[in-house]
Parts: sequence; structure tokens; C-alpha cells
Amino acid sequence: MNIIGQRKIYLTISAIIVVVGLFLVFNFGFKEGIDFKGGTLWQIKLDESTTTAEVEELFTTQISEAGEIKVNTDITNDAFLIRFQPISEPDHQKFLSVIKAKYPTATELSFQSIGPSIGAQLKKNAMIAVLLAIIAVSLYIAFAFRKVSRPISSWKYGIVTMATLLHDIVVPAGLIAYLGSTAHGAEIDSNFVVALLVIMGFSVHDTIVVFDRIRENLLHQRGKTEFGETINQSVNQTMARSINTSLTLIIVLLVMFFAGPVNLKYFILTLLVGVATGVYSSIFVASPLLLVWQRFSERKTTPK
Amino acid sequence: MRRHPGLFLTIILSITILAGVFIYPKGFGLSTSPWRLGLDLVGGSHLIYKVDLSKVSSADHASVLNGLRDVIENRVNLFGVSEPQVYLSKGSDGNNLVVELAGIKKIEDAIKMIGETPLLEFKEVEENGSSTEFITPMFPIDGVPTALTGRHVKSAQVTFDPNTNKPQVSLEFNDEGAQIFELLTEANVGKVVAIFLDGVLIEAPVVQTKISGGQAVISGNFNIQTAKQLVERFNAGALPAPVTLINQQTISATLGADSLHKALMAGLIGTLLVMIFMVLYYRYLGIFAAIALVIYVSLTLGIFKLFSITMTLAGLAGFILTIGMAVDANILIFERVKEEIKRGLSRANAIEEGFKRAWPSIRDSNISTIITALVLYFLTSSFVKGFAITLLMGVAVSMFSAITTTRLLLKTFVKDIHQAK
Repeated sequence: MNIIGQRKIYLTISAIIVVVGLFLVFNFGFKEGIDFKGGTLWQIKLDESTTTAEVEELFTTQISEAGEIKVNTDITNDAFLIRFQPISEPDHQKFLSVIKAKYPTATELSFQSIGPSIGAQLKKNAMIAVLLAIIAVSLYIAFAFRKVSRPISSWKYGIVTMATLLHDIVVPAGLIAYLGSTAHGAEIDSNFVVALLVIMGFSVHDTIVVFDRIRENLLHQRGKTEFGETINQSVNQTMARSINTSLTLIIVLLVMFFAGPVNLKYFILTLLVGVATGVYSSIFVASPLLLVWQRFSERKTTPK
Repeated sequence: MRRHPGLFLTIILSITILAGVFIYPKGFGLSTSPWRLGLDLVGGSHLIYKVDLSKVSSADHASVLNGLRDVIENRVNLFGVSEPQVYLSKGSDGNNLVVELAGIKKIEDAIKMIGETPLLEFKEVEENGSSTEFITPMFPIDGVPTALTGRHVKSAQVTFDPNTNKPQVSLEFNDEGAQIFELLTEANVGKVVAIFLDGVLIEAPVVQTKISGGQAVISGNFNIQTAKQLVERFNAGALPAPVTLINQQTISATLGADSLHKALMAGLIGTLLVMIFMVLYYRYLGIFAAIALVIYVSLTLGIFKLFSITMTLAGLAGFILTIGMAVDANILIFERVKEEIKRGLSRANAIEEGFKRAWPSIRDSNISTIITALVLYFLTSSFVKGFAITLLMGVAVSMFSAITTTRLLLKTFVKDIHQAK
């Protein structure tokens, strides 16, 4: 495949994807889960015929102390997910008895109440983790490519890897922001941040395989072949392994998505979309970007 | 390992089989040694309490916190929960105490029990016109506010009134408590002193004489059950610092079991599909990768169990992800082998070259995942930590299984390797 020759098409596709992703993120914003902003998440199984509206009505009429509530259905467990402000244990028991009075068969599947201070702390930790991971990974890449500095310097591999990484993160982030605005009510929480970090790890993993081949080919050819040609060869040589290494992971993720525990659904979905984007970017984005940059700096230096 | 691939392979296979028996003894008809499963898989409660140390001098913080942990551990142990976890953790805004109770049924009782200090109060009675009013006397001793509380109780036991044979609670106070009690009774001879427990009037006896020595009996209206309960609460001790529940996560046993079942199924199906993919795509090489994957799963689970790593849902998810990643190194090697064969090398030499040449990219690409896992491990809360640990160990073991194990397998079973040398 002449990926480098058609780089404009691929890079344009990527640019559109990134713009759409960013638009979704900024337009819809993220719904923060209770572990970031504090709050209560209650998973209760009621009579089969109960509707969301009935649950909402029960809360507004008889459990008004809960304040503003949001009710979602959890189809797989045939249960309701009710979200509201953090409450104390006595209130929890009081609410439960009101619910049990109306629905004697009600069973509580899970109950989680997080104070706002813990939420703020978890959020801060998550942000530090993301920043640190980005810094550590980019330092590592610059180190890994320190031996190759022609025709472009090793730190540029690092920057391109970072750009690819951000590309891979924007897509699932946009999707989750969009899903958060719909009835699915997807939220960002610690799991979401973990998923992003894992995507980062894989994105770098994939990009490194291609760059590693470019590194090897460059050392072999010692400038005899044109840089663009070397890149194109390298991408084609490594394409099967780029796809296959991610494919095995995607197989496992798909199984987890369809057969795995429901609580991990959005976590797995985020990973799936991120890993899939990573396959595309390691082949069609990372290497073309290298060439674009090299051409750009050449044009700047040669006329003088 | 170069000389005796068969020997090393036999060792690895034996360890794998041992690990297999170890992780699933039931399947081999052996008695079960339990896995450590997280709350989200067995059901239970994860409680975080904020500790209020504002009234404790900073020099005593460490001892008060440890005392607090011990007291709460005592209380939790009364519930007979298997392996309750009580530990301190430092939050950004102060000290937290984490309590993990696995497989507990009546969590509301546990929460009530943990947070409560049995508050014992002795109140004097003040005649106010025709009505009577209870007031709490304050005898300052060494500047400590001395309303008698559960903190002053050294030990408590159920005794029986010799006359009525009704159960009652005998208390023995510590020195401070004994002093307060002495002063209180001295000041109130002939008067009523009401005994309140947790704000509820228990009884209002008339003080006959000054009582020194720190012995008191609450006769109240107990049955054996309530008397016993009260004694347990006194003996478990009072909290040296107040705690507030700021975070609760409770998962029912049914939901936990369901998550566990689904995660295991997903892991099993995922492993099978990855094995099938490897065999279909890489043919005879793929068979070895598939065998190496089974060895990987067995060894990794064996390590988790050996080091009693608590398996949480997130941890299981991390492990299942590594199943998809474990063959990555194999793919990198096999692709390289294919290239070398195309270049005209013999199959055996191509395999040798493939392992050698693929190593730098295997190393580099796995290091990025290891970095991510380390950051996650050190910077996040306990639930995410489980994920980070399994991911980290998975990547480490998978490098061993994909490289060393596959190489030994190939050396032993692809015969022309030796001849080619």
C-alpha cells in the first residue's frame, strides 16, 4: 500500500475524526460519575413491571429529601440505577424502607455513596496520573529513539508518538461525551481514566513497532533510500503485526463487552474504540506525520 | 537453556501443571484452598471513615489513629466476618480509616456498630419547681471534661441480680473514671442520679453512699440479649476520636457472584478465541503460541494466588486484557520469522533470527504498558490498584511465556534447529 503517497487522504480523515471528537467533548461535556463529584449510586431491582417514571414519582413524592434524582435502567440486571446527592447511612435505610413498603420484592444490588471531598481527591489523583503517564511515556520514547537522529531528530519521534496518542484518546473521549448526553448516561469516572491510560499504553505500543522498523531500516540503508520510501516500506512491512497485535486484544475486548460484567461496559467500550483507533493511527497517522514534519523542516532550512 | 531445551521445557510444564492444580484444586479432586476475592466479586461493603483529629494533640496522632484502628477492628470482629480489613489511609484532606467487610449480610448493623461510641452519662436531677430536669455534672479533673463515657469503662460483664435473678451489666472504670464516679456519688448522696446510655434513660437510682473503687452496676431493664450486646460494645472499647462515614460502597452477593461468573466466562471464551486466531493465522507456529498462552494463564493465576493478591473485578478485567496482549510478542516474532523465511533462510534459522530481531520492539512496546501500569499503581485508589497489579504482572509473565516458553517449545519440536546450528 502506498500509504505515504496518499498521506493527505489519511491525514485528512484523521483531522476530521479529531475535530468531530473534540466537538463532541466540548459541545456535550463530560458527565462526571459519583466517584469524581460525590453522590449516591443505587442499584435496585424492583418488580418487573415497574417503569422509570414510577420510580421517579416515588422519589419525588415520598423520598423528596434525596433531592434531584436521575433514574436509568440497567437492562442486563433488570434493575434501576438511581443517582442523587450523597446521603448518610440512616437516610439510606430510611429510603430503603420506603421503597420496600411500596415494592416488597425490592432487592438492593449495590449502593455507593461518596462524599464530595473524596470525589475531588480521586479526580485530582486521576488527573495527576494522566499527566505523569504522558510525561513518563514521552521521555521513554525520546530515550528509546536516541540513537536515530537522521534525517529527523529522535525527540520528533516522541512528539509524533504523543500526537498519535492524543488522536487515539480524543475518539473514545468524544464517544463517551456523546453517550453521556443521551439516555445511556455514560459518565466519566476512575475507570474511564484508567481506560484512557491503557489506550495510551497500547497506542504507544503500536506506534513503537512501526517506528522501531523505521529505525532499523534507517540504520541499514544509511541514507541511500529516500526517507519517505523508507517509511512506506517500514509501514507495509509491519502492517500485519500492527493489525494482529491489536486484533487479539480486540477479540478479548469484544467478548468482554458482550459476555462480561455489566459494570465494566463503558470501560470496555472506551478501550475498544481507543484500541481500534490506535490500529488506524499507527498505520495511517504516525508515520505520515513523521514525513510531513521532516519535509516541513527541510523546506525551512534549505532555501537559506 | 540452549543445550537442553527439553529439560527446561519439562521444568516449565511441570510448574504449569502444579500451578493448574494450585489454582483449581477442585478440578483435580483436591480440597479447595480459597482465593482472595474482592468485595465486588463476593459482595460486601467498602467503608471509608474520615477521622476527626482536631481535638487530639499532633504528638498523639499516630497512637490515636492506631488505637482507633484496633478498636474498630475489635468491633468488626464481633460480626464474625471472614478476614475483615481495617486500615488507615492518608487522604489529601486528612486521615481516613478504611473498613472492608466481605460477605456481610446486615451491613446497616455493622455501620451502626462501627461508628458508635457507647455514650454512658450520669446526670444529676435538679428540682425545678414541680418538674424535674436532668443535668450533666462536669467535674474538671486535669482539665479533661469528665462526663463519664464509655471511654472510661475498663471492662464490662453480664451479671445477675442475686435477688431478682435479672441480667444486669457490671462496669469497672479505669482510674480516671473511678475518680469521676467517686466525686459524682459523693456529691449526690441521697439524691437521684440518672444513667443514660446513648441519650436514653436506663435507670434513675438513688445514691445510697459514696462509691469508690470504680465499680458500678447498671440494672436497667435488660434481657440477656441486650445486656450481652451492651457488654460487647463496652468491651470493644470507645473510639478515641470521632469518625464520620464519607464513602460507602456495598455490593450484594448476587451481583458479585454474577460479575465473577461473567468475567470468568469472558476470560475463557477470550482465551479460546485468541488461541483459534493464532492457529488459523500462523498455522504450526500458532500452535506453539496457543500452548504458550495456556501456560501463561496458568502461571499468572498461580502467581496471583501464591502471593494472595486480592482479585477484584477490575483486577480480573486487567488480567483478561493481558490475555489479548500475551500473544503480542509471539505475533511480532512470527511476523519476523515469516520475513526471514521469505528472505531465503531455512525455517530453523528464520526462527532464530525472528526471536533475535523482534526483541527490541517487544521490549520497547511492553515498557510503555509497564510505565502506564506503574503510574496507575502508585497514583490511584484501591479498586484501580487491582487492575494495575494484574496488568503489570501479566505483561511481565507474558514476556516470559511468549519469548522463553515459545522458544523452548520450538527448539524442542522443530527438529532442524539443532542441525542448522
